[in-house]
Amino acid sequence: MSNQPLASKNEPVIKCDSVYKIFGDNTQRLMQENNNSIDVEKFKNEGCIFGVNGASFEVHKGEMLVVMGLSGSGKSTLLRCISRLTDTTAGKIFIDGENLLEMNSKELIELRRNKMGMVFQSFALLPHKTVLENIAFPLQVKGMSTAQSIERAAAMVELVSLGGRENYFPRQLSGGQQQRVGIARSLAVEPDIWFLDEPFSALDPLIRKEMQDEFLRLQGLLNKTILFVTHDFDEALRLADRIAIMKDGVIEQIDTPANIVLNPATEYVAKFTNEVPREKVLKCEDVMEKQDKEAKTSTITVAAEAIIETVAEAVLNESKPVTVVNKKGKTVGVLNRKSIIHVLFGENAH
Amino acid sequence: MTTAFKQNKLLQFGLLLVVFLLLYNFIKPSDDPYLNMLWRLPALIAWLPQWLTDTIKYIMFDWISVEIYNPELEDTEEVSLVKEITRSLSWFVLFFIQSIREFLVGGIKTIVTFTSWDFISDNPWAELPGLPWTVVFGGATLLGYNLGSKKLAALVGISLAYISIFGQWEPTMKTISLVLIAALISVIIGLFLGIFAYRSKAFEVLITPILGVAQTMPAFSYLVPMIVLFGLGDHAGALATVIYATPPMIRLTLLGLKAVPPEVVEAGLMSGCTRFQLMYGVMLPTARQNILIGVNQVIMQCLAMVVIASLIGAQGLGDDLLKALNSLRIGKALELGICIVLIAIVLDKLSLAWANKQTDYFSNLSFSERHRNKFILMTILVGGIILAMIGKLVFGDGINYFFIIDTNKGITTDWFWQAGVDWIITNWYSSLEAFKVWFWEDVLSPIKNAFLGMPVIATFTLVAGIGYIIGGLKSAIIVSAYLLFIALTAWWDRALITAYLTTIAVLVAVTFGGVIGILCAQSTRATKVLLIICDTLQTFPSFIYLIPAIMLFNVSNTAVLIAITPYAMIPAMRYTVEGLRNVSPSLQDAGSMSGVNRMQRLFSIELPLAFPHIVLGINQTVMFALAMVIIGALIGSTADLGELIVGSLSDKDGIGNGLILGLCVAFIGLIIDHLLNTWARARKEALGLA
Repeated sequence: MSNQPLASKNEPVIKCDSVYKIFGDNTQRLMQENNNSIDVEKFKNEGCIFGVNGASFEVHKGEMLVVMGLSGSGKSTLLRCISRLTDTTAGKIFIDGENLLEMNSKELIELRRNKMGMVFQSFALLPHKTVLENIAFPLQVKGMSTAQSIERAAAMVELVSLGGRENYFPRQLSGGQQQRVGIARSLAVEPDIWFLDEPFSALDPLIRKEMQDEFLRLQGLLNKTILFVTHDFDEALRLADRIAIMKDGVIEQIDTPANIVLNPATEYVAKFTNEVPREKVLKCEDVMEKQDKEAKTSTITVAAEAIIETVAEAVLNESKPVTVVNKKGKTVGVLNRKSIIHVLFGENAH
Repeated sequence: MTTAFKQNKLLQFGLLLVVFLLLYNFIKPSDDPYLNMLWRLPALIAWLPQWLTDTIKYIMFDWISVEIYNPELEDTEEVSLVKEITRSLSWFVLFFIQSIREFLVGGIKTIVTFTSWDFISDNPWAELPGLPWTVVFGGATLLGYNLGSKKLAALVGISLAYISIFGQWEPTMKTISLVLIAALISVIIGLFLGIFAYRSKAFEVLITPILGVAQTMPAFSYLVPMIVLFGLGDHAGALATVIYATPPMIRLTLLGLKAVPPEVVEAGLMSGCTRFQLMYGVMLPTARQNILIGVNQVIMQCLAMVVIASLIGAQGLGDDLLKALNSLRIGKALELGICIVLIAIVLDKLSLAWANKQTDYFSNLSFSERHRNKFILMTILVGGIILAMIGKLVFGDGINYFFIIDTNKGITTDWFWQAGVDWIITNWYSSLEAFKVWFWEDVLSPIKNAFLGMPVIATFTLVAGIGYIIGGLKSAIIVSAYLLFIALTAWWDRALITAYLTTIAVLVAVTFGGVIGILCAQSTRATKVLLIICDTLQTFPSFIYLIPAIMLFNVSNTAVLIAITPYAMIPAMRYTVEGLRNVSPSLQDAGSMSGVNRMQRLFSIELPLAFPHIVLGINQTVMFALAMVIIGALIGSTADLGELIVGSLSDKDGIGNGLILGLCVAFIGLIIDHLLNTWARARKEALGLA
C-alpha cells in the first residue's frame, strides 16, 4: 500500500467539488428554472433520480481511494463523471488542477491518451483482437507505430504474467486472464490515474483473491493514483488507503479503513462494519495507547503498520504491554493485552 | 365479465370471427354507389401509376437540361441533367464489372477505355485473352488455403473445377464479375447507411419503413424503372441487385452497432479514441458478427437476383438459366443452378475467412517464406499459360480444354434428367392430369371464389380486428393503412387472388415444413443435415422451382402452387428446427426430472417455448410464398398482381404500374409481417425469451 502521507500538501490529482449527476428527462428544465442551483427534495418530487448527490473529495498522488456501495448506489456513475464518460449535471471536477468539465473534445482525448487508464467489470476487450493487439490498441490509437506498440505490449504481457498467450483471442481466455489483459491495456500508456470499475466482481472468489494480490503487487511497483469501485466491502478494506461509502448517490463516509471500522459515521456504514473481523483490518497504531513512561514494557516490539491478527498471539503471551515502533524505530505507543482482546472479541469482552 | 373478455384473447378472436362471418354473408354487391362501398371501395388512386410514369419520365428526360459536349458528334447536345447523372453512374458501374470480366474471360473494352480503338488496331498484342481457367482455379485455391485451411482450399478448388468441367466457365465468370461489384457496392452502402442510422435516430425512423418495403417488394416491379433510369445491361442488373441486397446489410449493421456492449465503447473512449477511431477501430469490429451475417446475406441476395437481373440485360448464368427454362431443359437448368449455389458458397466462405484472418507479429520469416505466395502464384500463372499453349498443340482447332472449356461443351447430365422427366410423363401423364383438374376444380377454385366473395368491409374488419387484438390501436391503424392503399387502387380483386394463392401455399408449406422440422429436430445429425439442405435450397435461384412444376402440370394454377410450396417450406423447416433445438437445456432437464415422455416433452415443453420462433418462420414462409407467387405468374395465368407485374415488364409505360403493383404486394407482406412479428415479440417477452 501507499507510503505517501495521506494529507499531502501538494495539489490533489483528482478533486471533486459538489458533483451532481441527475437523471431524468426534465433535469435540464428544472436546472434552468432553479437558476442552476439544486434543490434535492424538489427535484426528487419531480421524478429526477440522483446518481451522484453532491460528492466532494480529493485524491492525492499515489493514493488509492476505493468507492464502495451496493448496486444502484451511484459509485460507477461517480467514476464515469470523473472519467467524463458521462456528463456531469453540476459541480466541478479538477484533474491535476485542470477543469475537466470545461475541456473540449481534443483536450479530453489527449488527457485520456496520456493520463488515464481504465479497467472494466466485463473486461470490455475487443473480441477481434488478440491479447497483444488489445494491449497495443491504446498505443496505436495515439499514433504509435505497429512495431513499437507491439514491443511495448509484449512487455506489458510479461508484467501481468500472461507470457505465452500473446496470440490468444479474448474468447480463448478465462475470466481472470481476460482481466489481466484489461489491466495491461489500461496500463500500456503509463497513465498517472488508474480507474478500476469493479474489476474483480465478475471473477470466482479464489481467482478474485489472486487478482487482488496481483493488483497490490502492481500498485507496489507502479504507485498510481487510483480510483477503485467495488461492491465488496472486504475487498475495499483489503486494498484501500481510504474508502468512500456511497448510498443513493450520497457519500456516507470517507475515511481510512481503520477509522471506518472503529467509528462508522452512520447506521448504514455500521451495517457493513459489524460483520468485519477487526483483527484483520486494524493495525497496531489504530488501537495502541500512549506510552506511560513509568510502566514497564515487554522486551519485544511490534511495528505500527502491522495488522493486529499477525501480532495478537505474541502480544497475548506477554504479561507486560508491548512497545509499538514506527518505521524509524521510534517508539510511538504501547499495546496492552486488553486492547487486543477488545479487538478480537468486542468491547464487552472481559 | 368485461375483464374476463379483455383478458381472454381466444374469446376476442371468436367474436371477431362471428362479426366477420356476419358481414361476409350479408354484404352483397349493390347498385347504390354508396352502399356498394361496403362491397368494394372505389379506385380513387387508379391515376397514381400513370402519374408516376409521367413524373419519372419528366424528371429523366425533360427536367433541367444541360449542354454536354459529345466527342463522337463533335458538337454539344442538350441532355437532361438527371439522365446524364444516372448514365454516368451506369458507366462507372459497368466499367468495373467489365474490367473484372475481361480479366477473367478476355475482352478489350477496358484497354480501349484507357487508350483508344486506334491503339488496339495498331497494337494487336494488347488484345489479351482472358486467364486460362487453370490459373483462376489455382489462384482461388491458393487464396482459400491462405485465408483458411486445406478444407476451404478443397471447397474452392472442387467448386471451380465443377464449373469448368460442366462447361459453365464463361457465364460463371460473367456472373462473378457482376456479383462482386454489386455485393461490394451493397456492403459499402449498407455499412454507411447503417452507421448513419445508428448515429441519427431521425434517419433510423425514416429508413426503417423503406427497408421493410424494399425487402418485401418483388424485384420484378422495379426492373422497368431501372431500365428507364440506367438503361439496359449489366450495370442495370447490378444496380437492381444493389437495391435488393442492401437492406439486410443496413439492418444488420444497425443491429450489430446497437448490440456493442457499452463498456467496450467506454474502453475505446478511455483509450483516447477519436470519433472515427471509435467507429472503425472499436465499434464496427466488435459488431462484426452481425455485420458478417449481413455480408453473407448480401452475397446470397445478389445470387438470388442473378436470374431476375438477366431480364434487364445482365449476362452470365442467369441469362443461360432463363433460356434453359424457356426450352424446358431441367437438367441444364439444374446444373446452372448448382453453379450459382457454388459461387454463393465459395464467395461466402472466402469473405468470412478473410474477415477472420489473424496477423502474426512474431513470425520471423525468411525472404522466401515471406514471398512464398507470390512465387506460387507466379508459378500457377506461368504454368497455366504454358499448359494452355500445350493444349493448343494437343487439341488443335478443337476446344482447348486447358484454356477454357466452351460454354455447354463440358460434361452434362442433362440427358439423364430429361429421360427421367420423359419417363414420368409417359407413365404418369393421365394421373397427373387428373390431379391437376381435381385440384383446380375441387380445391383452388372454391377457395378463390370464397376470397373474391369477401366484401371489403369484412376484410377490413378482420385485418384491423386482428391488429387490434394483437397490438392495440396502433397496430390496427398501421395494418388498415396498408390495406386501404391496396383497396383504393384498381387492383383489389387481383390482390385477393394473390392473397388466396399465398394463403394456400403457406398452409401447405407450414404443415409439411413443420412436420419435417419437428422430425429432424429429434436428432442432432438430422438437424445439421436439414439446415445444410435449407441453405442450399435457399440459394437455388427460385426460378428453378418453376421447371418441374411446369413440366408436370403445364401452365396452370396448380403448377404455380406446386412451384411455390417447396420454396416456401424452407423457412418453415428452418425455424421449426431452430426453435425446437434452442429450447434451453435446463428446461429440458426440468422436464426430464418431472418424468415426461417424448410426446409430452414435445407438446408441453418444446413446442410452446419454440412457438414464437416458429411464428417468425411462418412470417418468412409468407414472404417466400409471396415472392414466389409473383414469379409463378411466369408459368400460370393466375389473374393476380404478379401477372400484371410480369406484364409491366414489356410495357413502355410499365414504370408506374410496376411500382404501384409492387407496393401492393409489399403491403400485403407488411400486413402479415407486422401482425406476426408483433405477436411473436409479445409472446417472447411473456415467456421471458426476449
